[in-house]
Amino acid sequence: MSVLVNKDTKVICQGFTGKQGTFHSEQAIAYGTKMVGGVTPGKGGQTHLNLPVFNTVRDAVDQTQADASVIYVPAPFCKDSIIEAVDSGIGLVVCITEGIPALDMLEAKMIADAAGVRLIGPNCPGIITPDECKIGIMPGAIHQAGKVGIVSRSGTLTYECVKQTSDIGFGQSTCIGIGGDPIPGTNFIDTLTLFEADPQTESILMVGEIGGTAEEEAAEFIQSNVTKPVVAYIAGVTAPKGKRMGHAGAIIAGGKGTANEKFAALEKAGVHTVRSPSELGKGVLEASK
Amino acid sequence: MNLHEYQAKALFRDYGMSTPVGKIATSADEAAEAATSLSTEKVVVKAQVHAGGRGKAGGVKLVDTADEAKAVAEGLLGTNLVTFQTDAEGQPINTILVEETCNIDRELYLGAVLDRATRRVTIMASTEGGMNIEDVAENTPEKILKVQINPVTGVMPFQGRELAFGLGLEGAQVKQFTQILIGLGKLFIEKDLSLVEINPLVVTQEGDLLCLDGKINVDSSALYRHPELKSLQDESQEDERELRAEKWELNYVALDGNIGCMVNGAGLAMGTMDIIKLQGGDPANFLDVGGTATAERVAEALKIILSDDKVQGILVNIFGGIVRCDLIAEGIIAAVKEVNIQVPLVVRLEGNHAVEGTALLDGSGLDLISATDLTDAANKIVAAVGEAS
Repeated sequence: MSVLVNKDTKVICQGFTGKQGTFHSEQAIAYGTKMVGGVTPGKGGQTHLNLPVFNTVRDAVDQTQADASVIYVPAPFCKDSIIEAVDSGIGLVVCITEGIPALDMLEAKMIADAAGVRLIGPNCPGIITPDECKIGIMPGAIHQAGKVGIVSRSGTLTYECVKQTSDIGFGQSTCIGIGGDPIPGTNFIDTLTLFEADPQTESILMVGEIGGTAEEEAAEFIQSNVTKPVVAYIAGVTAPKGKRMGHAGAIIAGGKGTANEKFAALEKAGVHTVRSPSELGKGVLEASK
Repeated sequence: MNLHEYQAKALFRDYGMSTPVGKIATSADEAAEAATSLSTEKVVVKAQVHAGGRGKAGGVKLVDTADEAKAVAEGLLGTNLVTFQTDAEGQPINTILVEETCNIDRELYLGAVLDRATRRVTIMASTEGGMNIEDVAENTPEKILKVQINPVTGVMPFQGRELAFGLGLEGAQVKQFTQILIGLGKLFIEKDLSLVEINPLVVTQEGDLLCLDGKINVDSSALYRHPELKSLQDESQEDERELRAEKWELNYVALDGNIGCMVNGAGLAMGTMDIIKLQGGDPANFLDVGGTATAERVAEALKIILSDDKVQGILVNIFGGIVRCDLIAEGIIAAVKEVNIQVPLVVRLEGNHAVEGTALLDGSGLDLISATDLTDAANKIVAAVGEAS
């Protein structure tokens, strides 16, 4: 078991023939992901990476029975692409693109929710179930099939989690990058729910960062709904107020969203927190004792 | 991106939200002319900088005559205003707003933000205008009234009435307030804003509502579809190094410490700052070189870090995912040669081709300190900077 994606997940790519779409689809195929085609409007009927190209997501889904779509199209067109994917009836949409206007995401998320479609991202590395299915831009080689469920707002910090949980020999069940935007398709609570229900996942490693109150809400949820050990790190203790730290969502605004507040909320909920990003693996080891 | 008060007020007027009559001036003479042309006895002279707390810092003054306006403008223009929201240097005053005054009866607060928890644009109103709204939220949260904008309908008139009655407004004011609220909702959504604050929104003794101050943040990700807003950017209000970084698509934020950081990924960049602090050091900046760290951008990033003369050492932390660490190492070597770095440089490479990358650095003959993991890297740079100073 794992969550959301596995060896049977059939994946299409929107923005398939573009530079990003091509590169990361090649990587996904090499990893063993069941890529079944892609979408580039106007190039329908062509073949790319030995896979069929379709004009619309609906065509792609009708003809390949794809379960998931990954989006690499440029930010100005992502709202359209996400809603097109939702409208096609596909169950899982993973948007990698960074820099989508927040109000576009507000609408896209509302429409995905109304249709009951799971959206991951945007501005994220994607989702991977090691040795089975890689959807996104993460380096496959550092992963190891195993028992830690990883959820993170940050890309390269997810890689730190992966490396450190591989180093301690635990490996990962599924890793989900939920992204650094103010309105993510999937949040901590959604992924905690999935990991709690997944028998393969024995412990959960979550990485948050400054900005918003998603970690505080997760803490409340963990207290009453999660029985598995949870380890958490929050990036940005040293971040100043009012300065956006790279991610659109990473800003301490209106006096809310500091790392220390988040650490406190998580600790109160019984979460094992680590203050250093080089102690993620160690934290998982300790929490699993 | 932030707008100036006068720019925010121009947008307010475009959306049917009343503001005092005012004129901008970039010289003392223009300020005098502006004061003469306005119809109230007293006028207010307001420094236009991207920071709150201007009044207490001496950036807002009431004057009686054009000569006085001229003198105040002369004193403000060309200087830097230091408020509790700025750094010690303050923000340069290049423009001032000269505005008519009004007879204030009550001061209200009106603001709009994108609320992440509800995923809606949320409008907040309070009777506690003129105060710091964060303090009101902390101490008397019941005094903040909220409504959410439904993305399908926009602000509805009933929401205006609901807030207006909640604020104790009456008669024609209810209609005026509803008009302002509908304008605010349209403005926020049509212009892709991330924050609007009108603090205070005043009720005049004549019973009218006026937006006396205005603060607007625009969603930077949406500027591509708002050239009219992009053109309002005032680079003089931004950190020079942050601007330079932006042109290279690097995310740089200046901090107060002495250890420069160059990292790929925003989260890891924050994590690197945190661990430097944990090891007893003090980060000089946040810098995310992004996923496509080329040799050229690595070199530019190092130059930007070094242009801060507080920097006494640099920590480079790269977790190669897709990007190969040996290519990054080549970039670092080329950059070190080009930039002629005089401070200790610790490099930690991890992930894709990290071993090859570290070997390249070690064999380069340059004075670089390589590190194995994050703690090791932080320890080494903190020690090196400690020794140097």
